[in-house]
Amino acid sequence: MKKCRRCSKPATLHITEIRKGEATEVHLCETCAKDYLQQADTNDDSSSEFEFDKLEDASEALDDAEDPVCPNCGITFREFRKQGRLGCPHDYVAFRNELLPLLENIHGQTQHVGKTPRQVAVSPQRQDLQHQLVRLKSQLKAAIDEEKYESAAKLRDEIHSLESQLSEKDLGPQ
Amino acid sequence: MDLNSLTQNDSEWLRGTGPESDVVISTRIRLARNLAEFPFASKADDSTKARIEKQLRDVLSDLPLPKPLSYINVASLDEIERQFLLERQLISREHSEGTGARGVAVSRSEDVAVMVNEEDHLRLQVLRSGLAFDSCWDEIDRLDTAIGDRVAYAYDEAFGYLTACPTNCGTGIRASVMVHLPALVLTREIQKVFHGLQKINVAVRGLYGEGSQAMGDFYQISNQYTLGMTETQIIDKVREVIPVVLGFERKARTALMDSKQPELHDSIARAAGTLRSAQTISSEETMHLLSSVRLGVNLGLITDVGLPALNQLFVQIQPAHLQKAKGATLNSSERNVARATLLRTKLEQERSAHS
Repeated sequence: MKKCRRCSKPATLHITEIRKGEATEVHLCETCAKDYLQQADTNDDSSSEFEFDKLEDASEALDDAEDPVCPNCGITFREFRKQGRLGCPHDYVAFRNELLPLLENIHGQTQHVGKTPRQVAVSPQRQDLQHQLVRLKSQLKAAIDEEKYESAAKLRDEIHSLESQLSEKDLGPQ
Repeated sequence: MDLNSLTQNDSEWLRGTGPESDVVISTRIRLARNLAEFPFASKADDSTKARIEKQLRDVLSDLPLPKPLSYINVASLDEIERQFLLERQLISREHSEGTGARGVAVSRSEDVAVMVNEEDHLRLQVLRSGLAFDSCWDEIDRLDTAIGDRVAYAYDEAFGYLTACPTNCGTGIRASVMVHLPALVLTREIQKVFHGLQKINVAVRGLYGEGSQAMGDFYQISNQYTLGMTETQIIDKVREVIPVVLGFERKARTALMDSKQPELHDSIARAAGTLRSAQTISSEETMHLLSSVRLGVNLGLITDVGLPALNQLFVQIQPAHLQKAKGATLNSSERNVARATLLRTKLEQERSAHS
């Protein structure tokens, strides 16, 4: 019988994770499996108990050379994963692709629908495009993960056209 | 603000009134916010932190709101004073033990507190006695809008309010209720309730204590997700489970009264007796016994103590509060003596007030 990868108890659950088309097996005992699947953030004020290192995602497979860096604050994605805290607001742009699966994992969602500050309020039309863009990008990622390259190519074209629409709008008055 | 004036005050949120106050101690909403042009705490050096603090202190001291906020420079406080603010739930442990320029802006009745330079640049909180989500949200929403009109918040159309930890981004909201669940602990049904809540992604944690056995049987129930739902939806998700939890606790209380009233009454009366006569007592034992007495008051088994006084004792018996009241640094055994004295005095006062 296999042992749990976290503790030495016998593993009763065998989870097959498929990331970027690669299957990895994770063997866990019942207790650790519950943690693994829930990854519950029960801490109230600081979120320090959220265990990022237990979340497996694409970044694990990155070579050092591919570890993205935020040009604004200098933090690398790997550094963030180690400390669980981002370095600056721009990280959400710099690590967008890496953060999307993480946010999906934490919140089950990747699109904010709550309050908007009045100072950066943007036109609803522009916001729609942005939301659409975010949605397409996550679909693209899923398509690549599932090796559906044909639909991935289509999605990529749609993303490019949306992105150029958005940058045209940047020039005009909003 | 003079910390000593806080010592004289009783926190508004402990006044033991408000809807469902036999089980619900308080309702709290907090919002995490950051300034767009500054790095988060982990990448902010001392001079950056000082600039953030200066800007926010100025904004917070001059908000056009009905309740003015007084700014306390937390970095200049000694350890007991920081612990004192922590015990009153005005700052977090992380903020209390942090480094560099930081502070907290507090309303006179302590129901509003805004931490500066915690994990996020701003942590707003509104606290109310009893179950009071609507009034908490109204007030914190206005406070947030007033601050947001004066600074540029870090915000992204997809990820909402940007926070140092991605577990808070989106709305940045944590809506929580502090509940007292002694009967569920006594009947050992508390774990079942927890599992039920976790299944629907509502977080529960013990207050004051470590692990699953919360000191004093206090628990905090709060939302887990902050992104992908509106603030109101998130609040409603927590709000919806509260009547269920209250129902379980009250059912457990009735069951105890039906099947084990003599034993229950005995242990509650003995708890009150110990608190009234102890000459030295640890905070752990005190919390345990106070919890038992609080249950006794709610069941009508104890009639010479009021809930507000009891609620306040849970805070007043803590180390920094004892030392502030004495005006001196006390070691652990001195604190145990001071704690026992305070308990005897307060419970005697209550007895004469209720007779």
